[in-house]
Amino acid sequence: MTSPERYILAIDQGTTSTRCILFDRRATVVAVARAEHPQSYPRPGWVEHDAARIWRDTQRLIARAMRSAGIGASQVAAIGIANQRETTVVWDRATGVPVAPAIGWPDTRTSSLASALDPALIGAKTGLQPATYFSATKVQWLLDHIPGLRARAEKGEVLFGTMDSWLIWNLTGGREHLTDVTNASRTMLMDLSTLAWDASLLDVCTIPQAMLPSIRSSSEVYGAASSVLPGVPIAAAMGDQQAALFGQTCFAAGDAKCTYGTGGFLLMNTGSTPVRSTHGLLTTVGYRIGSDPVAYALEGSIAVAGSLVQWVRDGLGLIGTASEIETLAGTVADNGGCYIVPAFSGLFAPHWRSEARGVIVGLTSYITKGHLARAVLEATGWQTREVVDAMNADSGLALTALNVDGGMTADNMLMQIIADVLDVPVVRPMVAETVSLGAAYAAGLAVGYWSDLQDLRNNRHRAGRWLPAMEATRRAAEYRKWQRAVDAAVLFSSVGDHGQT
Amino acid sequence: MIQSIERSSAVLRLLAAGPDRLRVKEVADALGLPKSTAHGILRTLEQVGFVEQDPRTARYRLGRGLLDLANVGLDVNELRSRALDWADALAGRTVEAVRIGVLQGASVRVVHHVFRPDDTTQAMDTGLVVPAHATSLGKVLLAYDVTALARGGLDPYTRKTVTAPREFARALAEVRAQGWGSAVEEWEPGRAGIAAPVRTYGGLVVGAIGIYGPVERICDGRLRPRTALVEQVCATAHAISRDLAGPRR
Repeated sequence: MTSPERYILAIDQGTTSTRCILFDRRATVVAVARAEHPQSYPRPGWVEHDAARIWRDTQRLIARAMRSAGIGASQVAAIGIANQRETTVVWDRATGVPVAPAIGWPDTRTSSLASALDPALIGAKTGLQPATYFSATKVQWLLDHIPGLRARAEKGEVLFGTMDSWLIWNLTGGREHLTDVTNASRTMLMDLSTLAWDASLLDVCTIPQAMLPSIRSSSEVYGAASSVLPGVPIAAAMGDQQAALFGQTCFAAGDAKCTYGTGGFLLMNTGSTPVRSTHGLLTTVGYRIGSDPVAYALEGSIAVAGSLVQWVRDGLGLIGTASEIETLAGTVADNGGCYIVPAFSGLFAPHWRSEARGVIVGLTSYITKGHLARAVLEATGWQTREVVDAMNADSGLALTALNVDGGMTADNMLMQIIADVLDVPVVRPMVAETVSLGAAYAAGLAVGYWSDLQDLRNNRHRAGRWLPAMEATRRAAEYRKWQRAVDAAVLFSSVGDHGQT
Repeated sequence: MIQSIERSSAVLRLLAAGPDRLRVKEVADALGLPKSTAHGILRTLEQVGFVEQDPRTARYRLGRGLLDLANVGLDVNELRSRALDWADALAGRTVEAVRIGVLQGASVRVVHHVFRPDDTTQAMDTGLVVPAHATSLGKVLLAYDVTALARGGLDPYTRKTVTAPREFARALAEVRAQGWGSAVEEWEPGRAGIAAPVRTYGGLVVGAIGIYGPVERICDGRLRPRTALVEQVCATAHAISRDLAGPRR
């Protein structure tokens, strides 16, 4: 007699949509349910989410995924959550109603609060650079602007959480108020070495400890679901980029993944001690399995990747769809000496020049739109190279392969360019949903659905691999030209010395 | 006569004659059509690329698709992007390598390749040009290409390559009759493939998707393509076609 097949349910609560995906033991997708949700922009720089709606969507999507797979709650071995990071919800403990719209991670209303923070203190404690992205200033803003909220927070009547906390609190019927270390590491309130809320940071941001969730590992049974899927253990939570790192099975120090969307997020596992960056990268928690040692990660972001292609499509009108950038780039053999530095809102790691603006250099009458298209793709390649160089230098590890995911992995020429400029193989995995897969893996490990990390590794299959094919001398020469183009972007934008930000 | 084609032609002539972009109401008024009918015609013409709508003003003008009618209207890189997830799923289910191909002259250009998910070392075939008449991808593409018989010669690669024009024409007719094609040891000894056409609106074939691997895995003991694999390939091709004929993302 065989018992019915069991599955892991992953919830990927993202910035623009929520997805529920059921995975089987071989890590293949059995059912997907997805719904988009609106973001609101009530004022310039403000980005808000309706957390109550996101919870309603999540319940509906779980039911839809279950129906689509034709299974019942007893066939779900565990629930794992991956979520947009840093987005901040504060809700009433008694009623479960959010006290205000959730403040989204791209929201910049707290820029004056963030710039008042001491970068040395924040960097030493949290591994982050003070910025509006992280939750701390968003909580502070809500406490400052909603009458009576700070007093209620001190009494523990209102609770703070990122999206993982919000969903877990709701899934458990208000019994569990917790977050995982990866999400906590993005609040700018957690001490990266003790993995606990830091009293001095709470003090600086005037946030009462009583409203904070408890910090747990990324993979352990937090509690059982109550109304939706009653009794099913909730066994994982991770920030989405960390979940992608885990889903890509980057379990060894030096393993790295890059997700290419409108921008790019590159995370490298650096092992069990945090690596402090001297190149402007962020130090963050990669994941923690139960009581095992924490795996730390370095994170570098590529500000403009797919959004540069969108600009070529919508701003210049050179192409009709994003995929056509590759067709256009294929009309020429090389960039013809043309380089595009897409510093649309400054240069990110490792340069950190917020005043810089983009440049196109090397123009001659020979340059066609094909050369521009090639320079567009190469810009993503070289930005990746700069982040990888910084990571190698900080960590003392040398990247041996780059695991990629995200929409831009459909661009074959871009993948080849990245392999060429990094001089390491670029590998695309078979399961495109790496974020959900990471959450599923962490949940499955916690309940023994999968036995260990090697068991997870066995599920991993390559869908494609691009090998470096550029001569070393040409790679070096092209990199020097790119670096000169970056210098040109800085030079063009510098009126006096704005210094570093 | 088919009324909707007459009306569509009138809409195109109107857009070609007008100096400016036109609103739906202007088109409807000029042709004496209900606004909903004019809107339906414009939306369909937009779908096939014959008109374009300015996203800001919502006005219509002639589309780029009219400038190059010989082109099928689907960029190969767009094809890869739209087929990516389906191709991964096909490789996962069949545990075979998946390729997507388009005709390039008398040959097939591989525009997408998903490795066989068994972690053996495999080289990326994207960009590779393979003979059309000796591969399943090529036979499917030639079967739906009206100029097929005017194309290049039928060079032999193995003892099984079909080289007689009449026999090859019969093979293409068989592909059309069954909706999929196969090639068993016709290009490389010991290797076989199964492929099916990927279509866009109106049934236009824009490419072919298929699996390719050792003959003992692709075929049964009598060297016939395994039914379960044929069904998987055809289901994937249908799914991609349905997606391509649907609204553009």
